[in-house]
Amino acid sequence: MYEGPVQDLIDELGRLPGVGPKGAQRIAFYLLAADPADVRRLVDALTEVKDKVKFCTICGNVSEAGQCRVCRDPRRDLAVICVVEEPKDVVAIERTREFRGRYHVLGGAISPIEGVGPDDLRIRELMTRLADGTVTELILATDPNLEGEATATYLARLVKPMDLKVTRLASGLPVGGDLEYADEVTLGRAFEGRRALEV
Amino acid sequence: MYVRALSVTDFRSYPAAVIELEPGVTALVGPNGQGKTNLVEAVGYLATLGSHRVALDAPLVRMGADRAVVRGKVVREDRETLIEVEITPGKANRARLNGSPVTRARDVLGTLRTVLFAPEDLAIVKGDPSQRREYLDELLVARSPRYAAVHSDYDRVLKQRNALLKTSGHARRTGSSLGTLDVWDAHLATAGAAVLAGRHELIDALRPLVDKAYAAVSRGGGPALLEYRTSLGEDVTETTDRELLEAALAAALAQARDKELERGITLVGPHRDDLVLSLGELPAKGYASHGESWSFALALRLAAYDLLRSDGGEPVLILDDVFAELDDTRRESLAELVAPAEQVLITAAVAGDVPAQLSGSRWDIAAGQVTRVR
Repeated sequence: MYEGPVQDLIDELGRLPGVGPKGAQRIAFYLLAADPADVRRLVDALTEVKDKVKFCTICGNVSEAGQCRVCRDPRRDLAVICVVEEPKDVVAIERTREFRGRYHVLGGAISPIEGVGPDDLRIRELMTRLADGTVTELILATDPNLEGEATATYLARLVKPMDLKVTRLASGLPVGGDLEYADEVTLGRAFEGRRALEV
Repeated sequence: MYVRALSVTDFRSYPAAVIELEPGVTALVGPNGQGKTNLVEAVGYLATLGSHRVALDAPLVRMGADRAVVRGKVVREDRETLIEVEITPGKANRARLNGSPVTRARDVLGTLRTVLFAPEDLAIVKGDPSQRREYLDELLVARSPRYAAVHSDYDRVLKQRNALLKTSGHARRTGSSLGTLDVWDAHLATAGAAVLAGRHELIDALRPLVDKAYAAVSRGGGPALLEYRTSLGEDVTETTDRELLEAALAAALAQARDKELERGITLVGPHRDDLVLSLGELPAKGYASHGESWSFALALRLAAYDLLRSDGGEPVLILDDVFAELDDTRRESLAELVAPAEQVLITAAVAGDVPAQLSGSRWDIAAGQVTRVR
């Protein structure tokens, strides 16, 4: 245990995801030795993120204004919505430059163990967006783990009465990888999702 | 296949030990508490990444050390493979094959296969259904390692669903939607069907082998029968068709829903099933004598050995302190049955417990010192 403020800082850092007690200690002593101007910049960035960053009123992505960059962009296809769990998933999909529609960020996945049910996710907002009939395709891009799959199944059942094309991202082999290194589950999925080769 | 050399570091009572082994019979002899079982436990660990004695890894690491290392050289069809596993309690194990690290420790499963007989096996016959499910599931993983993933998927869905059921009693009273329960039902049915299909297929393959082994051990007793008792209801036959099983499980869940909401726990599924062992008309549990129960336990292990052998790659047999538990007839029958195996490792407190047919090399073990006698 360290004295007063140092220990407080270590405790606070230790609460961050991915930071353990040793890591928290290392960061704390780095900050202690760092140039005051550098620390000031970090503090400013932290305050700013809490004060200025808002969530897009349409899709729930992080945004500086009322609507995020994607929802403001008039070139985006309004007929397609891609549903993701977290804002970081939007960034990942944007990097592909393949998707021209808009997003909907749920803010997590259904997980009863963690006490997260459908009411804790932005599902009602999604239903409102789908209500007027502009959207014709819904892409479910939740994580390919148990909770993500359960969320996708739940949404698919929920929108079934609407006349919508509902798709799920494919799971399978990583591009550029070797078949021999794939685990059994991934390889099994890839087999299930195999497609005819057009020549 | 056989294990040519075993070395352990900070494993159980051993700071370090090396033992060279040969095909055929090897007996490890020494008084109780000297570390015989620890060595065969280490061999079993290389095959299953688990101990037959404890569920957690912490007791495997020598008091005062932070991690244990087990190394074994396995010879299969004249090719030697070195398996190394580093056991750190509370962390993921690290493993290497022939010196190169594997991504996940479970990738070493299947390199060495063992069938282990231990006094604890009696619990398969006399104990709770969970012991029999464990017997089936362990053998499934030994036959095809992909079942390790199938089981962990099922356990995870089950945990999520139970968590939801626990909180749903309240939701039902307040009239809010139970929509997500349908979703978990569907996922549980899919994952459960995979487990059930695997178990049914395994039991079909085991049936004739268990009966044959029982007759051999008990010198003409039996018939020894296996029947899978499912929680899905009477009309579900032992099919291996996954779609049928999935539909049956989904239907059973729908039927049990009210009761499940009341109790807050999943009441149907492979985690509630049992493997009923019977001798002729009577169930072994509760009716079989002590000797008959032992014969059945041995028959189950011998059948596992036959099954793994017929899949290719003869497993190493480990007999941990079993001869002392058996009467003369069963002891002799077992000795005859295991004698032809490629490699048999035996532990015994006194040399007299090892039947004469099984004379091979012998190591004496006293206070953690391992010395070759013969």
